[in-house]
Amino acid sequence: MKKILPLILAAALTVSAFAGCSSQQKNGTVSTDGSTSMEEVIGVLGEAFQEKYSGMTFTYNPTGSGSGIQAVKEGRCDIGLSSRSLKEEEKADGLTETVLAYDGIAVIVNPENKLDDLDVETLAKIYTGEITNWSDLGGNDAQIVVIGREAGSGTRDGFESITGTEDACKYRQELTSTGDVITTVSQNPDAIGYASLAAVSDQVKALSVGGISPSEATVKDGSYCIQRPFVLVTKTGTELSDAAQTFFDFVLSDEAAPLISKAGAVPVK
Amino acid sequence: MKKQKAFENFIHGIFLILGLITVGCVLLITVYLVVSGIPAIRKIGIRDFLFNAKWASAAKVPSYGILPFILTSVYGTAGAILIGVPIGFLTSVYLAKLAPAKIRTVVSGAVSLLAGIPSVVYGLVGMMVLVPGIRNLFHIPDGASLLAAIIVLAIMILPSIINVSITALEAVPKEYEDASLALGATPVETYFKVSVPAAKSGIAAAVVLGVGRAIGEAMAVMMVSGNAPNLPELFGSVRFLTTAVASEMSYSSGLQRQALFSIALVLFLFIMLTGAALNFFLKRSKEE
Repeated sequence: MKKILPLILAAALTVSAFAGCSSQQKNGTVSTDGSTSMEEVIGVLGEAFQEKYSGMTFTYNPTGSGSGIQAVKEGRCDIGLSSRSLKEEEKADGLTETVLAYDGIAVIVNPENKLDDLDVETLAKIYTGEITNWSDLGGNDAQIVVIGREAGSGTRDGFESITGTEDACKYRQELTSTGDVITTVSQNPDAIGYASLAAVSDQVKALSVGGISPSEATVKDGSYCIQRPFVLVTKTGTELSDAAQTFFDFVLSDEAAPLISKAGAVPVK
Repeated sequence: MKKQKAFENFIHGIFLILGLITVGCVLLITVYLVVSGIPAIRKIGIRDFLFNAKWASAAKVPSYGILPFILTSVYGTAGAILIGVPIGFLTSVYLAKLAPAKIRTVVSGAVSLLAGIPSVVYGLVGMMVLVPGIRNLFHIPDGASLLAAIIVLAIMILPSIINVSITALEAVPKEYEDASLALGATPVETYFKVSVPAAKSGIAAAVVLGVGRAIGEAMAVMMVSGNAPNLPELFGSVRFLTTAVASEMSYSSGLQRQALFSIALVLFLFIMLTGAALNFFLKRSKEE
């Protein structure tokens, strides 16, 4: 036994040395700044990027979409991250957007729930407490239990901004992870919640919104409306630094697409 | 001889350094909490922070009132004590005085096991069993509530209460009990009128320890209490001081993050107070 251990260690070292060779040597720093909703996606991409290009340093400053766009404009970062499309005046101000991925948010209910479809207005009324009983929507006579995420969560921010219910939602439960939301909704026949599309399982039923059921395809073609783009913001006409360009190409490559899916978003490719 | 003394001093030095690590950690945490907790309180205003009942940290016009969290923590802890102490106390009297050796081994083993279960497991079981159970039992729309948190906390504080109380009861001199029995009191009379009063400081310490454990618990209550920042109601969704910090920390920024540190500071003060109370009772029990 004592003899085997050093052997294994030596083998492990050799393997890791070879693994080290496969990563490409390039030096430089890429700084990104912006949307907190993109934290997961950009975190995964940043890690993979640094693994692939061992000399590269990647930084991400979670400040919010607005500050991120401002930061690119003032040249304080290489790439800005925004979880909304750029406005016309921002584009006129010399900024370019490149869509990295789409974030689809599914509205979920318990599988026992008879409802299959809601429109955005009704959804907003449920979340702001205007409609409080499922019978008003043709369901059972039971109080609607509104489940959401904690303040500051990107999913909550996305859901509330798309449904126009910012700061007006009356949550019964504010949970801190997608998994908790799904578990809670699966346990309570009267609950409604929202969760990142990629995380939805058969424990719960994803409602169609305005007649369109959520899927990667409907999110990508824009027909499913509870979604928003994750955008990379750059300066129009200004060349990115070598490191930043490498990162930019990497995150838009086919190689990065599965990583984006894993982080819960729908890649453009 | 000289060499030996130098070695002796060297070892003393090492022990001193090791001892100081703990002190250093406490100092570091205290200083850090105070330094990072004060700015938000000053910005928000101490009265607005402690006595405003509205918490909306990520809203366009944010409001940072932590009164709901303070009240929830106080009510939740009080509720857990109300349920946990009678059960824990009577269990400890039974185990220390009445139980046959075999039962005692089994029960104390179970109590130790209960103490070793991670809090996330309590939370998970609470979420899967207790929350739906409360929902069905009381016919309310949702079971995640203050009541669910109280029940989980009551179970979690049992081991501390039982173990400390047993130690206190066992420390009562046998002569006291013998005297009582010799005077014609029944065993149960003896335990409740002689042993328990003699051990009362130790039992009080057990209760305070339970308070400390209940007030500081975050993970388990976060999973069963619903986390909406409402003023506490038994069947309502509530947020504790601990869960207020834990639930928003990961995505927070700016004043919101600073305010979370301030909540942690308030929680820290609460725990210091329970700690001081614990010391007081332990000291008294030693003097007796």
